[in-house]
Amino acid sequence: MEKKKLTIHLKVWRQKDADSKGKFVNYTVNDVNPDMSFLEMLDVLNEELIKKDEEPIEFDNDCREGICGMCGSVINGTAHGPQSGMTTCDVRMRMFKDGETIVVEPFRARAFPVIKDLAVDRSALDRIMSKGGYTSVRTGGVPEALSVPVPKPNADEAMDMAACIGCGACVAACPNASAALFVGAKVSHLALLPQGRPEAARRVERMVAQMDEEGFGACSNHGECEAVCPKEISITAIGRMRREYLKAMFK
Amino acid sequence: MRFKMILASSLSKKIYMSIAGLVWSAFLLVHLLGNLQLLNPDRDPFNKYSYFLTHQTGEFIYLAEFLLAFFFITHFLYAIWVQIGNWRARPHGYSMVRWAKNTSKRSLGSVTMIYTGALVLIFLVLHLIHFKYGEVVYYTPKGYTHQIRDMYFTVMEFFKNPVNVFFYVAVMVLLGFHLSHGAWSAFQSLGLSGKRFTPFIYTIGVLFAIVVAVGFVFLPLWIYFTRGGAL
Repeated sequence: MEKKKLTIHLKVWRQKDADSKGKFVNYTVNDVNPDMSFLEMLDVLNEELIKKDEEPIEFDNDCREGICGMCGSVINGTAHGPQSGMTTCDVRMRMFKDGETIVVEPFRARAFPVIKDLAVDRSALDRIMSKGGYTSVRTGGVPEALSVPVPKPNADEAMDMAACIGCGACVAACPNASAALFVGAKVSHLALLPQGRPEAARRVERMVAQMDEEGFGACSNHGECEAVCPKEISITAIGRMRREYLKAMFK
Repeated sequence: MRFKMILASSLSKKIYMSIAGLVWSAFLLVHLLGNLQLLNPDRDPFNKYSYFLTHQTGEFIYLAEFLLAFFFITHFLYAIWVQIGNWRARPHGYSMVRWAKNTSKRSLGSVTMIYTGALVLIFLVLHLIHFKYGEVVYYTPKGYTHQIRDMYFTVMEFFKNPVNVFFYVAVMVLLGFHLSHGAWSAFQSLGLSGKRFTPFIYTIGVLFAIVVAVGFVFLPLWIYFTRGGAL
């Protein structure tokens, strides 16, 4: 059976570049297939804009299957759209009503300057990673299996933390634009594993210092980050980062 | 770790605010328990308790007052520092914000911390003026040979005025909101969190806020309605 096509009104943030002032522009997209993804709907709109010789809407995206962390917009006031545990590319048009007006804004934070329209520069997160999101490993042959014992609960939790795709939704959703959940996940991921322990104190100190340097806010424990995280990373990551930080304070 | 970072990193700021907040939370509970003696129609136990704290604890009272003042000021200064940083972290706000529900712990209490905190600061100054530096009346309680301050009388007189009752009740409700987020948040900021512990401490924090707020709201209302203000 043919599904009913939707008419969607959009209010999209348009901004030429980081230095210019942006504004909202209204668009209407007709005959939207409810099974389309949100980004496909934007593709359809962009094709129309190109045909009309207008500038298409710039937005970040890559894998479109929720694992790369490239996409990200604030849709109707919530980072990555109305449902939890999703990236922007996971959002489907059937989540919206026919004739609904959808407000689309970029992730907003001082540390995330707008590049163009909905695309923001998230390299602040990369600079934090460069300060300690790694272990200084000895390269060489593959080590003997089980030569470094890891308890199963630790391995599971480290895996949950490693699920962070660095999309920046935690920063976007935080009332303070804090990157605590991102840094917490990265610190916890390695702190839980024996390979990460030798550099644990140095890692948390350097990553927190860089986080502050980039101009992110401080965490107020609102927990909005956990609620919008596409990988549903718990704020216990932030708690673990603080424990690691407290340990490092006395070193 | 470098000294500057220990004092001024975003994580350190919240650690000091948490410690100060927990000290004050503990003080509030003791203060409430002491004040329950106001429910006693006999004025002597409350006044003797008050006299004990101010005159019979030696130098300890000065240490306690110093520590309370120190932690209050620490909490206040770091709060302003953190809040300015948080406002600066998002110079261009969203035109539309819809709170994510799900596991979010964002609440009316959590988003108004700086405002409820500022009102509690103003309240604290007035509170000291009203009582500690308020009207002083002396009397001799039963079993004493010398006069002590009749704090009970000062309190009863103060809450005969409905304006005072309203002001105290309003601020104590706001304090309840402040604590509803602040109490559990302090544990989280100190890294005391976990899959089982976080839901536990969140519930305890909210219950603590309700107990403190209800207790401090009840006292002025009770005095007003049973001790002549409303009669």
